[in-house]
Amino acid sequence: MEVLQLLISGISQGCVYGLIALGFVLIYKATEMVNFAQGDIMMLGAYVAITFIALWDWPFYWAVPATILVMAAFGVVVERLLLRPMIGEPHFAVLMLTIGLGFVLRALAGAIWGNEPRALPMPYVGDVLRFGEVVIGYENLAIIIGTASLCLLMWVFFRFTRVGIAMQAASQNQLAAFYVGIPVKRMFSLVWALSAGIAGVAGILTAPVSLVDPLIGFVGIKAFAAAIVGGFGSMPGAIIGGLLIGVTEQFAGLYLPPGFSDMSAYLLLLVMLVIRPQGLFATMQKKKV
Amino acid sequence: MRFVRKTKYQQDINLIQHSGHVLWYGLLLLAVFSAPLWLDRFLLGEFTYVFIYAIAGLGLMVLVGYTGLVSLGHAAFLAIGAYVHAYLLNQGLPFPVTMLIASLFSAFVGAMIAIPALRMTGIYLAVATLAFAVIVEQVLVHWSSVTGGFRGMAVPRAELGGVDFSSPVVFYFLSLTLLLGSMILVMNLLRSPAGRAMTAVRDSETSAESMGIHIARTKTLAFALSAGFTGLAGALFAHRLTYLAPDAFTIITSIQLLLMVVVGGLGSLHGVIYGAIFIGLLPQGIAILRDTVPPAIAQIPGLEPAIFGLILILFLIYEPLGIYGRWRKVRLFFEEFPLYRKATHKRQKSFLRTERLQ
Repeated sequence: MEVLQLLISGISQGCVYGLIALGFVLIYKATEMVNFAQGDIMMLGAYVAITFIALWDWPFYWAVPATILVMAAFGVVVERLLLRPMIGEPHFAVLMLTIGLGFVLRALAGAIWGNEPRALPMPYVGDVLRFGEVVIGYENLAIIIGTASLCLLMWVFFRFTRVGIAMQAASQNQLAAFYVGIPVKRMFSLVWALSAGIAGVAGILTAPVSLVDPLIGFVGIKAFAAAIVGGFGSMPGAIIGGLLIGVTEQFAGLYLPPGFSDMSAYLLLLVMLVIRPQGLFATMQKKKV
Repeated sequence: MRFVRKTKYQQDINLIQHSGHVLWYGLLLLAVFSAPLWLDRFLLGEFTYVFIYAIAGLGLMVLVGYTGLVSLGHAAFLAIGAYVHAYLLNQGLPFPVTMLIASLFSAFVGAMIAIPALRMTGIYLAVATLAFAVIVEQVLVHWSSVTGGFRGMAVPRAELGGVDFSSPVVFYFLSLTLLLGSMILVMNLLRSPAGRAMTAVRDSETSAESMGIHIARTKTLAFALSAGFTGLAGALFAHRLTYLAPDAFTIITSIQLLLMVVVGGLGSLHGVIYGAIFIGLLPQGIAILRDTVPPAIAQIPGLEPAIFGLILILFLIYEPLGIYGRWRKVRLFFEEFPLYRKATHKRQKSFLRTERLQ
């Protein structure tokens, strides 16, 4: 029973990693940029939701879409202001730029909302579901269901819609996509909107489980490990990588000496990079001279 | 504009290219060596700090700027250098020996890290080094019998033959000498075959390999040297901190080190010094700024990292070659005065996936 219980809390934590990793992967796939600030954008999403629900008393079925829209708009602004000038620059420069962005966002959030942890009062928090001896909190259930439905939505979007397919084309070859008439730059803005929106969802889903403070964005680093374990650039890989890391962490916390719980994500990452550097679902190619 | 007439091939790789170098670098050396005479003690301490940063920056520059391997985890090597140094001093070993061992041990760990790192490039490597740094941090916290855990451990004073190396002036000269030594070492490395191989690996791994360069050996050497210099800086840093705790060596420190080489100018040794001055003195600048702006802004928590982040963003967008790159542009403008063309420094962009994947 204990194992099952751990598995469930691992999956729910892993879903959060997976969602953030999904944001990384979306941006990487479409624009070949690595967005290290994804965790901080999630933190911002959680704060926006707190503003709407806790401070302004909006009903949550309004506040949730509003948060997602605000975050999507934020994603577009970031892309237009900071990332547009970086198109065509090396990976490394963009990585550094988003690290800088993360610092700025953290200070901004601290300045606006203060550094004390805040809670997001969602209507479902506190109730639990019981299966025999296994107990699942509704907030954990919400994370799992939210992640699963979002994945389905993403899959439909990229598989069947015109815009989704255009995004895939832009991600495979920017120049060729441009030649066949896809507005590549607009696709980039759109994918940033999408990714920031997903970060917003991740923020809303995690906020009830853990309190929100400006530093929760550091979860993004573990999510980054998840994205790499899954094979950077693969969307199912991101989710599975996230789940793997979430579950590993829970079990390491119980069965291994202290410290290993925090380390396990990175150990898993290093082991993965040594055994199979391209990740579980490889999408990377070799460079030509 | 100066035209150097070269009559021997040797002149191409001379450290001192022409008499202008002798004059200006001579003046600079005179200034730094006489600094304790005319600089107040506080600023002297700050400059010592800059020198220590510069040694770590040299190490990182060899790796990032010259071999093209991005490390987000150099704080780990700084930590290893500092802890090994302090631990051995506590065991009663004489201080130059501990410094040497700290540096060598750090280099050894760097070479060990290179083995898995050989298989990765770009962001993969950056994240792997980040993972390594997090693991080292955890080890520092939990291996408390050696490191003192969260409580940390005190760094004893460094004494040798009755001279107290921890006193400000002596420590200033110690740092300065070590920086100059490391500088000369790196300069010589860069004009040796090993250094040239590093640059070749940075520019194109495939081409370098097809010209007969042993990629694995070159990268391992780069990692080991880089970690060695950073470990040396760590040993000095331990004396500056006087008390070691794991929270002095977090990911923020790693990013600060990387920020230093980026802001200074990737791929130049001048850049290391500019970057170190920038990073070392910026907290002072911010402190002065805090006194002048209204308290509502000055009280923002995390203002310092935010300013670091903002500066990083601005540099990457407007001047990716860093301070040294900007200086070269300014100099070229005056050298070629009415004929300067902006397009000389046009950035090359690559849009094809095949051009970008590494």
